[in-house]
Amino acid sequence: MNQINEMAIKLLAEKKVQIVIGYTNGSSGKIRPFFANTEKECEKLIFDERCIQNLAIYLLKKEISLLNEKQAILANVYTLRSIIRLAAEKQIKENSLIVITFSDERHLFEFCTFKSIEDYLSNQNLQLSQSDAVLLYKLNHMNSQERWVFWQNKMENCIRCYACRQACPLCYCMQCVVELNQPQWIPVSINKIGNMEWHIMRAMHLAGRCTGCGQCGKVCPKNIPIHILPIRLAEEIKNLYGSITGVSKNEFCEMATYKSDDKEYFFK
Amino acid sequence: MENNDFNPKIVAFICNWCTYAGADLTGTNRIKYFYNVEIIRFPCTGRIDFMFLLKAFSNGADGIIVSGCHPHDCHYTSGNFHARRRWIIFRTLLDFLGIDVHRIIFTWVSAAEGSKWANIVNQTTSKIKELGPYEEYKKITNEIWEN
Repeated sequence: MNQINEMAIKLLAEKKVQIVIGYTNGSSGKIRPFFANTEKECEKLIFDERCIQNLAIYLLKKEISLLNEKQAILANVYTLRSIIRLAAEKQIKENSLIVITFSDERHLFEFCTFKSIEDYLSNQNLQLSQSDAVLLYKLNHMNSQERWVFWQNKMENCIRCYACRQACPLCYCMQCVVELNQPQWIPVSINKIGNMEWHIMRAMHLAGRCTGCGQCGKVCPKNIPIHILPIRLAEEIKNLYGSITGVSKNEFCEMATYKSDDKEYFFK
Repeated sequence: MENNDFNPKIVAFICNWCTYAGADLTGTNRIKYFYNVEIIRFPCTGRIDFMFLLKAFSNGADGIIVSGCHPHDCHYTSGNFHARRRWIIFRTLLDFLGIDVHRIIFTWVSAAEGSKWANIVNQTTSKIKELGPYEEYKKITNEIWEN
C-alpha cells in the first residue's frame, strides 16, 4: 500500500475528513479524479507523476460543497496556488479543508491552515514551466501581423466545447456570460469572430486572478495554447503592479482596484 | 497611401460628464470636424465594457475612440481609474492577439476642451483613413454570413 492510501485511510478513520479528493486509474491508461469517502475506496487512490490535473475545481462543485463535509485534497504547487486564490476570493472555508501535497522526493505531507500553505509557497519556485516560457517568449517577439495569423490559425479550430472554462478552478460563476442570451454577447455557433471573442472574454475575466496552472490549455481537445492568454496578462500585471496571484489569502484582484498614479503611455 | 474616397466608420464611447459636454462645447463653438464619428454616450468610462469595443469592430467600425474625464475629475470619483487599468490590460491582450491597437484611441477630454475633442476626431479620422478599412477583422466577421 502506498503512502497516499495510508494517509487517506488514516484521515477518514480519525474522522478528520469525510471525503478525500485524489486520483485513480481511469480507462485506457489515463488518470481520472477520484472521490473516496470510505476506507475501501481509499485503496483505489494512486499518486504518481501522471497526476497533474488541478483538482481545486472540485472544491467548488455543488456535489461536494453542498455536502458540508470536511475534505482532503491532493495538490501540487499549482493547485495550492488555486486554493489560496479561491480563499482570497472567499470561496472556500479554512477549517473544512486539509491539503495534501508532496515534496521533491514525492513524500506526502499535510496542511491544515492557509497560512501554512502561504509559508510553503513562499519557498517554492513559482516560475512558468519551460514550454510556457518558450511559447510566451516566441509570441512576445513576433510582430502584430504574425501574432494575428498565429492566433487565427489556432482559434479557427476551436469547437467551443468550453472545456477550458470547465477545467479552470477560477471560472466558478453560476451562470457564464456565454450562456446568457439577453444580450447575446458571443455568437453561439462556431465561427472565427465568436471563437476569438470567447477567448478574449475568458482571458479578461481571468486577468489579475489566473494563477497560471495551465489547466485550460492542457484540457483543450484542439491543442490551442489558450492558457498563454491569461498567463500573458498575469505577466503584464506583474510588470506593471508588481503582484502575483495565489500566494496570499489577503491578496486583492488587481483589476478590481486602482492607484491614482497608474502609468500608461497610450492615452492622448 | 491615403485613400480619399474611403470614409471610415469611427465609434466614440464617451462619458456623459466630461467628454460628452466637451463635444457639445465643440458644437456650440461652431468648430467643424470630421463627421465620421458616431458618439455613444455612457454614464462613465467605468461603464464601458471591453465587449462594446469588440462589438463595434465586429459591426464594421474601422476605428474607436474611448474618452472620459481626466484622472481625478471623475464624476463618480474613481470610474476612470478603474477604466484606465482595464484599458491597459485589454490593450495588452488585443496586442498579444495581433489586433491592430492603433485603431483604438484612448483619451481624456474634459467639458472645457471643445477644441481638443475636434482635434482628437480629426487626427483619428485622418489616421484611420491612412490605415484603410479594417479588412482583417471584417474578413473574419463576414464569415458568419458567407456560411
